[in-house]
Amino acid sequence: MIKFKLNGDNVKTDSPPDTPLLWVIRDDLKLKGTKFGCGIAMCGACTVHIDGTATRSCITPVSVVADRDVTTIEGLDSAEGKALQAAWVEHQVPQCGYCQSGQIMQAADLLAKQSSPDDDDINTAMSGNLCRCMAYTRIRKAIKSAADKKGA
Amino acid sequence: MAMPKEAMTISRRTFLARSAGATLVMGLGTVLPGGNSSQAASDIATSGGSTHFSPSVWFVMDDTGAVQVNIAKAEMGQHVGTALARIVADELGADWSKVSIEHVDSDPKWGYMVTGGSWSVVTSFDMLSKAGAAGRTILVDAGAAMLGVAADKCRAEGGAVIAGDKQVSFAEIVAQGDVDRQFSEDEMAAMPVKPAAQRNLIGRATTALDLPEKTRGDARYGLDIELPNMVYAHPLVPPTRYGSSIKSIDDSAARDIPGYQQCIEVEDPSDVIQGWALVIADTFPAAMQAAEAVKVDWSAGPTASVSEADIHARGEELVADADGGTLFVNEGNILAAGDAAATTTTATYRTGTALHFTLEPQNALVEFKDGVYHVHAGNQWQSLIIPYLAAALEVEESAIVLHQYYLGGGFGRRLFGDQMIPAALAAKQLGRPVKLVFQRDADSRFDCVRSPSVAKFDAFFDADENLIGIDHAAAAGWPTLAMAPGFMGEGVDGAGKFDGFSINGADHWYTLANHRVRAINNDLAQDTFLPGWLRAVGPGWIAWGVESFMDELADQAGVDPVEFRLSILDASGKNSGHEPRAVKGAARLAAVLRDVAKRSNWGRQLPAGQGMGVAVSGGQERDKPTWTACVVHVTVDEDSSDVKVNKIWQTLDCGTVIHPDGALAQAEGATLWGVSLALHEGTTFVDGQVKDTNLDTYKPLRMSDVPELDIKFIESAEFPTGLGEPPLIAVAPAIGNAVFAATGKRTRDLPIRL
Repeated sequence: MIKFKLNGDNVKTDSPPDTPLLWVIRDDLKLKGTKFGCGIAMCGACTVHIDGTATRSCITPVSVVADRDVTTIEGLDSAEGKALQAAWVEHQVPQCGYCQSGQIMQAADLLAKQSSPDDDDINTAMSGNLCRCMAYTRIRKAIKSAADKKGA
Repeated sequence: MAMPKEAMTISRRTFLARSAGATLVMGLGTVLPGGNSSQAASDIATSGGSTHFSPSVWFVMDDTGAVQVNIAKAEMGQHVGTALARIVADELGADWSKVSIEHVDSDPKWGYMVTGGSWSVVTSFDMLSKAGAAGRTILVDAGAAMLGVAADKCRAEGGAVIAGDKQVSFAEIVAQGDVDRQFSEDEMAAMPVKPAAQRNLIGRATTALDLPEKTRGDARYGLDIELPNMVYAHPLVPPTRYGSSIKSIDDSAARDIPGYQQCIEVEDPSDVIQGWALVIADTFPAAMQAAEAVKVDWSAGPTASVSEADIHARGEELVADADGGTLFVNEGNILAAGDAAATTTTATYRTGTALHFTLEPQNALVEFKDGVYHVHAGNQWQSLIIPYLAAALEVEESAIVLHQYYLGGGFGRRLFGDQMIPAALAAKQLGRPVKLVFQRDADSRFDCVRSPSVAKFDAFFDADENLIGIDHAAAAGWPTLAMAPGFMGEGVDGAGKFDGFSINGADHWYTLANHRVRAINNDLAQDTFLPGWLRAVGPGWIAWGVESFMDELADQAGVDPVEFRLSILDASGKNSGHEPRAVKGAARLAAVLRDVAKRSNWGRQLPAGQGMGVAVSGGQERDKPTWTACVVHVTVDEDSSDVKVNKIWQTLDCGTVIHPDGALAQAEGATLWGVSLALHEGTTFVDGQVKDTNLDTYKPLRMSDVPELDIKFIESAEFPTGLGEPPLIAVAPAIGNAVFAATGKRTRDLPIRL
């Protein structure tokens, strides 16, 4: 049995230790906001925070998070996270929405490390997250807007 | 927040239900199964409920004034529910803050169910406007009686009927007023709707209703749905789409995997699924692990060695055959023009295979309960897949209900719900709910891809170098032939059929005295894979040839490409347009072209290695055109030949814009899709299957590739047309033409690889 913290709650799973964290979160612990896209860590739809760092849960064995803190979109309550979610609505970012949990988790990691990222910073941080609807211009705007509001 | 389900079953009356079915059928231009009015009307079971007002299947209002608009279209990123609900609510005079939307199941009462072709607004506008207007008429009459004033002194606004300084809310009218009234079908057909100047929701800014839950992780997609006692099914996809069969299955290496149950063969009476096995397991991780361990020995189908080059070579053979194909356009006398020509310019354009790559992999959860198969999955064309499911399961269509969810990307992939078939067959065989989930590799191999294509153009000139005609032949795999043959069009000479969703756009709005288009099915493509409808469908690749060739002709004539196009966009004859959807015809295309040229400062001098290109399109279909003109500015690296798109200007005219921000979002996404298909993504057939199946080698556009976008909509009160696809169409040829301007090198293959 592996124990960890999920969105601040103590949780445990009987899944085999090599089970990808994604499926433990989605199917054992029933939080469906984290998505399955490519399965090879190249789309970013499965992005969660492990001890505050954005991580692709589809290739992370659940054993890696034993006794650590995992945050998903459902538990994102940092100042950056809240500012981003508000900016995502204000700028009407999501289209189909499937990638957006991962986009927001990745952007929250970026803003936690760089309070006012420029375009290059955003490109570097966000180019691993595919938006198949290609809402990229709005993702960029919303990140900048959230950074401004949080700084203000 | 949605209203309780029971609200939907109360007090519906016949008139709108009937007219709704009929209107939708008319909108699609043909008689379709499932859209008949008797089924729609059969829902009017009970009447006279005093606390709900639902004069149409399309909305229900309760005695708090809350309005639920029922959405029979799939939500896949276009915020279609918001747009359609605003059409209803505007006419109704509803308080927008009290409006919610509900994405409905596949009950026949909704009529023919399809979301595609950029049809949702254009084919629903009239029907939903009249539904709202009829509701308003009833509420105004009832409210006027309650206020003791004449109805013609009243207006409906903000959820109330108002006369001078007196008003009564919709909630009070529904609770206490006399709203029991019917209209005949003739009255409905003539139901007046608001003049554009009186609208207060359509065309105004709003926040799409689906946004908050899509930022909190609360939105539910098909993949998120679970049922008690379900098992997981993981497909093992054969080496060819057709004709493969299983020789043997060895699951010995899987038997020790905890959670693995068994591996079953799929026997599909509908013949859509050929040569499949399914790994059945308690969990999806166990299914994935077992799928690696199970060894299936297939006898491969006859196309197991077919390559992209083979398919293109067959296409080139077909377009070279002067007698082949179905006549799609036949203006003037192309043969006489060819005979009379002093010179001929010929070019051949090709496009390669492209994947849908919906980020949510294909999936379906099926449960058989009380004699009914309940299918849980996001889907764009319920009315298409239900008959296939009925054939596969050997049951009546009435024994199948599709439950709709958000689609994690549609783009045409979810027009065909073929992944439901193996899930349903497994549920039937195993006697318990089955959740089938694809991993990416199999999802790509099972995709109905955009077919490779070949198009040949011959332009004829007289001795004075005047263009006297263009002969165009285009060959590709035909999605409609494969999946929905009832939707094939008939050749203009009555001989043969064509797939409009493969050839639309070749009937462009340029005036040519002699113009012929032959639509040709590439039989090798058709045999090798299931051709699909990919966002912008026919025009999405037809325009690559049409608009690149226009540029070649302009260059040959020594005329500026904008001026060359304007000279044949004269809106004469058949290009003068038609009521109500194509008013003014090609004049509107010329107008967007002039606008985009002006805004992009077209014709300015640029440094070496840079260029600007232009292209236009009339949208998805001549019957419901959206007018688009695109200018692209590129820099081509002298050493690496890398093409960098610096900026894209688009001017779009889709008539009345219902939901401005949603429209802009669709235009932004579609424009970037155009860039991605032109420069970033693409695959090829190798050994009968697509070569690139995941993001390690299939490379759609990313954040760092995004150019500056400058998109403008023409302000218009004309009939609203579609937007999900048209802004994609002109982008690739505009890029190719810009590359030519920058380098002098004409690219005739898409994707562009210098």
